[in-house]
Amino acid sequence: MTQVNLKINGTSKTVDVEDRTLLVQLLREHLGMTGTHVGCDTTQCGACTVILDGKAVKSCTVLAAMADGGEVTTIEGLADGETLHPVQEAFRTHHGLQCGFCTPGMIMAAVHMIERHGPDLDEATVRHELEGNLCRCTGYHNIVTAILAVAHSAAK
Amino acid sequence: MYAFTYHRPKNLAEAAEQFGAGEDAAYVSGGHTLIPAMKSRLSAPSDLVDLSKLADLKGIQKDGDQIVIGAAETHAAVAANSDVNDAIPALAALAGSIGDVQVRYRGTMGGSVANNDPAADYPAAVLALAATVRTTQREIAADDFFDGLYTTVLEPGEIITSIAYPVPTEASYAKMRNPASRYALCAVFVARFDDAVRVAITGAGNDGVFRWTEAEDALSSNFSPKALESLQLDPAEMLGDIHAEPAFRARLAQVCTRRAVAAPGKLTLC
Repeated sequence: MTQVNLKINGTSKTVDVEDRTLLVQLLREHLGMTGTHVGCDTTQCGACTVILDGKAVKSCTVLAAMADGGEVTTIEGLADGETLHPVQEAFRTHHGLQCGFCTPGMIMAAVHMIERHGPDLDEATVRHELEGNLCRCTGYHNIVTAILAVAHSAAK
Repeated sequence: MYAFTYHRPKNLAEAAEQFGAGEDAAYVSGGHTLIPAMKSRLSAPSDLVDLSKLADLKGIQKDGDQIVIGAAETHAAVAANSDVNDAIPALAALAGSIGDVQVRYRGTMGGSVANNDPAADYPAAVLALAATVRTTQREIAADDFFDGLYTTVLEPGEIITSIAYPVPTEASYAKMRNPASRYALCAVFVARFDDAVRVAITGAGNDGVFRWTEAEDALSSNFSPKALESLQLDPAEMLGDIHAEPAFRARLAQVCTRRAVAAPGKLTLC
């Protein structure tokens, strides 16, 4: 067993886990935070994307023990009470989801992408940088629209 | 994933001790090859020794006419580094073409080179640039380092600490990716030095990364895509799988090499 200390969505957590526990398992199974999804479980689909120490990572391919001491932001950490995060709101406004399975990962990847590029973000960059997030419903078009709307809005 | 014991050493000496004490230990850095292999039970180490936070394996600097990259530097860090972009832009572009955004934040150069996956990108750059692999025990020339599929001359317990890449006059990288996995079906790194041209091909060879010496000779006398038109690799020496037949990979190698030569300093996605 390994003791893992993480700051998750601003709250310090200490969890005893088996050494083989993945970060996504710690979140979902140990802490009950099931907003982060497991899609392919092979590092391809991006449904498990969280922000670890300021970087978007696939939490199905990070050992919880390797993240020890880090800061994690998950989809549950974005909204402010009943007020959705601007990226969440934009996905709703622009119909950036249908079944919603990929959405937590898409939104975490989008939040990080907008942080890195700011208002200079363009469509080609969004499409290229969503390479690591697969959606089987929307064809990406409205996801891209939603991300660009937030990046280009003064209110972000 | 089978159970194992996780270790986080404080330094390289402790890492080697922990590795040696394990029955069937493995080092992990980014873990983006090893962890998937462990999840599918293709790999089941008894102990995992985590190198990802060791300061001795970090750092990217220009050192004379070389770029020296710490083994635990991530693909994202190499892709964004200004020294690498100034000196060997094709190497930065190669790092920025691996996997996807999330993968590049975890995967490391040293892990990629030590693993020597026949479709990995970095081995092509190491070989074409005649880099020197520095380990906890010695320095190894690129031409002596790779030893077949998933195999290198690294001894058990030996750790890559950094890789020194000579700065070429120009270099380029052309890659045909499998659209699903994003691994190279074939990719070619071409490096031009004052006295030599080196061409290394990954993804295609049935013995892993290799130098295409006929192309090097042709390009040494005439550095142009035309010089390659009559050259052809032997399909018997190419990989064949459900994604691409050997003859197709042989053809890709020629096409990618021509496109690399035609676009110095750049990454070309074929």
